[in-house]
Amino acid sequence: MTGWTIAAALCLGFGAGLLSGVFGVGGGILFVPTLLLLGLGQVEASATSLLAIVPTAAVGAWRQRTYGNLRVRAAALVGGVSVLGAELGVQAATRIDESLLRRLFGVLLLTVAAQLAIRTLRQGRRYPDEA
Amino acid sequence: MRPERLPMTARLVAIGLVAGVFSTLFGVGGGIIVVPLLVGLTAFPAHAAAATSLGAILVTATAGVVLYAVRGELEPWYAALVGLPAVVGAVAGAHLQQRLSGRALTLAFAGLLAVIGAWLVGG
Repeated sequence: MTGWTIAAALCLGFGAGLLSGVFGVGGGILFVPTLLLLGLGQVEASATSLLAIVPTAAVGAWRQRTYGNLRVRAAALVGGVSVLGAELGVQAATRIDESLLRRLFGVLLLTVAAQLAIRTLRQGRRYPDEA
Repeated sequence: MRPERLPMTARLVAIGLVAGVFSTLFGVGGGIIVVPLLVGLTAFPAHAAAATSLGAILVTATAGVVLYAVRGELEPWYAALVGLPAVVGAVAGAHLQQRLSGRALTLAFAGLLAVIGAWLVGG
């Protein structure tokens, strides 16, 4: 890893965090393209994005808990069961073609963009802290 | 059977399964799918849904990290270089939110996401 890669990663990471904070979208949809730009493959980018999400989600969840918005038992149930789904997702991601996975991720980004645009045009208000 | 007729636990279990697959497949937290599912299937208010989704993501993402790490797909240094400044950025962004919440700006951001999406679909 060169000095330039490190500097680019730090700047892009800060920018991704800033955008997700301002626009109320999750860090992951910005981390994955950032990691692709830094030269990682699609599966590596997904895996690494998940690790980068952990501190952001921890800070966000802790803050929301102090606001009284977090329903701990529901979160524990959804999170606990999601581990089974996560294994299925990893199996699928490591088996299907990386270029197909990249295209599917592109479709996801287009969907998020459309949803954000529709939400903004329809009501002009946003829900912060979605991840 | 309509989802509203199922017990709450069954609905949360279904949401968890979908969230897990989605999250590891795409490397995202899954809030984009969990928040609307919580609002639609369990009638959580929007703020409770967003907060509860974050709590669930903490577990999902941690599990995904472990599952990918054992397969050798994880790049921890990249995660630290991108993820740690992102925490600072997210806190700054949340503070800037009130001042920067113009519709034009949000639409511009949606446009940026659409451009990246089109690049990935096309490339």
